[in-house]
Amino acid sequence: MRVAPFIISALVTTGLVVALNVQLPSGKSKTPRLGYFLSPQYGFWKNAEASNASFTDHKKIQGIKSKVDVFFDERLVPHVYADNNADAYFTQGYLHAKFRLWQMEFQTYVAAGRLSEIVGEDRLATDKYFRRLGMVYGAENSLKATESDPATKEACDAYTAGVNAYITALQPENLPFEYKLLNYKPEPWTNLKTALFLKFMSWDLSGQGDDLTYTNAKTYFGYDDFMKLFPVVQDSLDPIVSRGTTFGAPNIALKVPQKMDSLYFGRKDIVENTPTLNPDKGNGSNNWAVAGSKTKSGKPILCNDPHLGLNLPAIWYEMQITTPDCNTYGATFPGAPAVIIGFNDSCVWGVTNSGRDVKDFYEIQFKDSTMQQYWFDSAWKNTTFRKEIIKVKGKPDVVENIAMTLFGPVMYDNKFAAKDNAGKYYAVRWKAHDASNELKTFYKLNRAKNVVEYNDAISTYQCPGQNFVFASHSGDIAIKQQGAFVAKWKQQGDFVMPGTDSTYLWQGIIPQNENPYMINPIRGFVSSANQQSVDSTYPYYLGRPNNFPLYRGFIINRKLNAMSGITVEDMQKLQADNYNVFAEIARPVLLKYLVTSNLNIGEKKYLEIFKQWNCNNDLKEIGATVFKVFWDSVEVNMWGDEYAQTKLTLPWPDESALIESLMKDSTYNFADDVRTPNKKETIADIILISFQKAAKQLATLEKENKLEWALYKDTKVEHLLKLPALSRFHLPIGGGKYSINATKQNHGPSWRMIVQMTDNIEAYGVYPGGQNGNPGSKFYDSFIDTWAAGKYYRIIFIKKEAAQKSEQMKWHLTFEKA
Amino acid sequence: MKLITSILLTALLSFAIGLYTTLPWFSFVFCSLIVAIAIHQKPWKSFLSGFVAVFVLWVLLAILSDTPNEHLLSTKVANILPLGGNYVVLIFITGLIGGLISGMAALTGSFVRK
Repeated sequence: MRVAPFIISALVTTGLVVALNVQLPSGKSKTPRLGYFLSPQYGFWKNAEASNASFTDHKKIQGIKSKVDVFFDERLVPHVYADNNADAYFTQGYLHAKFRLWQMEFQTYVAAGRLSEIVGEDRLATDKYFRRLGMVYGAENSLKATESDPATKEACDAYTAGVNAYITALQPENLPFEYKLLNYKPEPWTNLKTALFLKFMSWDLSGQGDDLTYTNAKTYFGYDDFMKLFPVVQDSLDPIVSRGTTFGAPNIALKVPQKMDSLYFGRKDIVENTPTLNPDKGNGSNNWAVAGSKTKSGKPILCNDPHLGLNLPAIWYEMQITTPDCNTYGATFPGAPAVIIGFNDSCVWGVTNSGRDVKDFYEIQFKDSTMQQYWFDSAWKNTTFRKEIIKVKGKPDVVENIAMTLFGPVMYDNKFAAKDNAGKYYAVRWKAHDASNELKTFYKLNRAKNVVEYNDAISTYQCPGQNFVFASHSGDIAIKQQGAFVAKWKQQGDFVMPGTDSTYLWQGIIPQNENPYMINPIRGFVSSANQQSVDSTYPYYLGRPNNFPLYRGFIINRKLNAMSGITVEDMQKLQADNYNVFAEIARPVLLKYLVTSNLNIGEKKYLEIFKQWNCNNDLKEIGATVFKVFWDSVEVNMWGDEYAQTKLTLPWPDESALIESLMKDSTYNFADDVRTPNKKETIADIILISFQKAAKQLATLEKENKLEWALYKDTKVEHLLKLPALSRFHLPIGGGKYSINATKQNHGPSWRMIVQMTDNIEAYGVYPGGQNGNPGSKFYDSFIDTWAAGKYYRIIFIKKEAAQKSEQMKWHLTFEKA
Repeated sequence: MKLITSILLTALLSFAIGLYTTLPWFSFVFCSLIVAIAIHQKPWKSFLSGFVAVFVLWVLLAILSDTPNEHLLSTKVANILPLGGNYVVLIFITGLIGGLISGMAALTGSFVRK
């Protein structure tokens, strides 16, 4: 034994192994454990799926009652045939886990405020935000409701068991790629995680409209100017339920508080820079259904495209679920059972976001900073405390002690707020906190046979409110804005409210039968695109108009009104339509004010392009880019000077506020640039300055070859971790915020579905992603090009006997009871 | 002859132990060590045996996974790691890592006997 050389080489060997076995710091993050990650028997090489891989398998498994057959078509969409519902949901859980485990886990960690556990203290603020908003609190409450219903309890239990069946059998070398990259493992799934996932979607779709920043704006601008920037009426509104519909007397007689001018509208609250996360303002969707009277086939056609962030793995997963009482196909959420948007033998349904305000803030007067007592209705009330423990990777746990009031959690206090927020406390009342069983609605919709059952299915739906569109084979079409909506007086909840007395409390939930509803209208179609559901004759307040984008609904209705003899191809063209109706409205107004006498050659060139443009945001249109750059410039030059005078966080007004002011009001006080005290600018001055600045920008874009709309917009679908290598960039697709094809840079139609309820149901779908969440699989992003091109896949919806013989089914996975 | 045998044996044992993935990924280090103790060679030959065995094993296994995958994932990983998307370099580095550890373990083993 040569001791010294032995010890030295042993140490070097050990050192090498250790260095390759730990995560090394790399910039702001960490490398994977390189030896593990690159090992061909353990690491990422094992996730490299063969392009001719077979998904045929026969498994003996515990947790099912009888045999289940899964047939995969060539797009890797599973068609599940089970003898009972529990086995079907078990299988759904298993398949979601098999193909999308990392994504469903990751998204529920975010919802649970546990991101710091995976990525460290960088994301502590995100976790605190969700914990304090009451995400987990709300999920726990909803879970109780879900589990108290036998059908949804069975579905959740089976789903959870299916996910866990996959996880427990998972061999280390088959861990999904991202776990190996980030060095952690999946943990067992629970019903609470399903509830958390659904709550997160609740936030994504109803968590917008930040009352605190609007309160700042009201204080900063003063009430009158505030109302000009954030008006309560939108002139161009074409509501979901047509104008002229009469509404009955309200069942809830609202009591408006006394002295509101001083106590509510006139308050001068400043809420400084409170840490806030907002869901993407564009989260919304389109849906419509056309009756047989307007279609060539004589049967209804329903279309839906939900607009969400464009991510990989995709948020949706297509599948068919067939049991004795249910034969349905559609888009599902990995993380929850049932089909969310889809169809069955008899009918088809879809959803768009209602946008109704169900999240309000109340300022709390605590006795002292211990937050143990608060003043309410002339007495001191006691708080309770909710402890939220946040684990942080590589650091000690962080404990949040959240005071709970009768309103809800005190989201902002002296530990979670800007340091200048001297002694202010804000509690949040959010409908999502309350117990509710949204799953029940989807469970019933999956099985609904007619419009009566559709109405029954959605009757229990609470949060986030949705516009449920419906069509049946028998010919009915309908749309209902359904949810637990707060009965509000005008502008209640737009700003922070006093939390010291009950006059500002929510006065009740609007009874179901008073929710906006349209069935079989004479005009032959129903539609929604997140616009306000009703006009101002409706006896309750919907919420600030900034939550209700105007223009997609406007153009959808205009086009549908003009169409007849509609075919599926017509509907495909409509979903992918790039017409920019806001540009159509704004262009003549801008041209009216633009003084062209002194423009230079470059500016004249862009002006000509702008004038000749056909208002289509098609991918090669330069006019679309010219309009966007010009309009953005107008907004910035009109309002930017006022906004620059303050460090407060303020919301930016909507384009509709500006265009409607410019159309009505030839003296617009915001036109004056407050930075030029000796000069009072007119609208024409600002339009000219804006155009000239825009022209400079456009010239730069021209040099960079980024003038064409798709090149300028540069649509991308990013991996959830934002890793460029796992993302898709520079997608050739047009559209935009104001078009039916609402594709922006990283947000847009996350699922497109068109279903014609003929005897042989004709269904089409596509989403920007793929069925397999494994970046090493060819099915990871296989649908993206089709989606970008505005094309669709024909959906296969067949019985088991047909599936067994069909050449379209490529692989067969069976589960048998062990 | 000893060289060839120790290379083959190290490769075989390393592959075999790598099939028990509940053990850590670096378990093959003990295979290289034990073979080098059992088949005594000059230190540099032991190092070479250990290195070549696992370098070739890992490169082969990587190619076996990579080729039917049509270099889809390896190209992506070669972009996540700073390799400019070059999957060949990635395969080489894979082999290098395994080979170096194995070589050092074998070297260590060669010093056990004189």
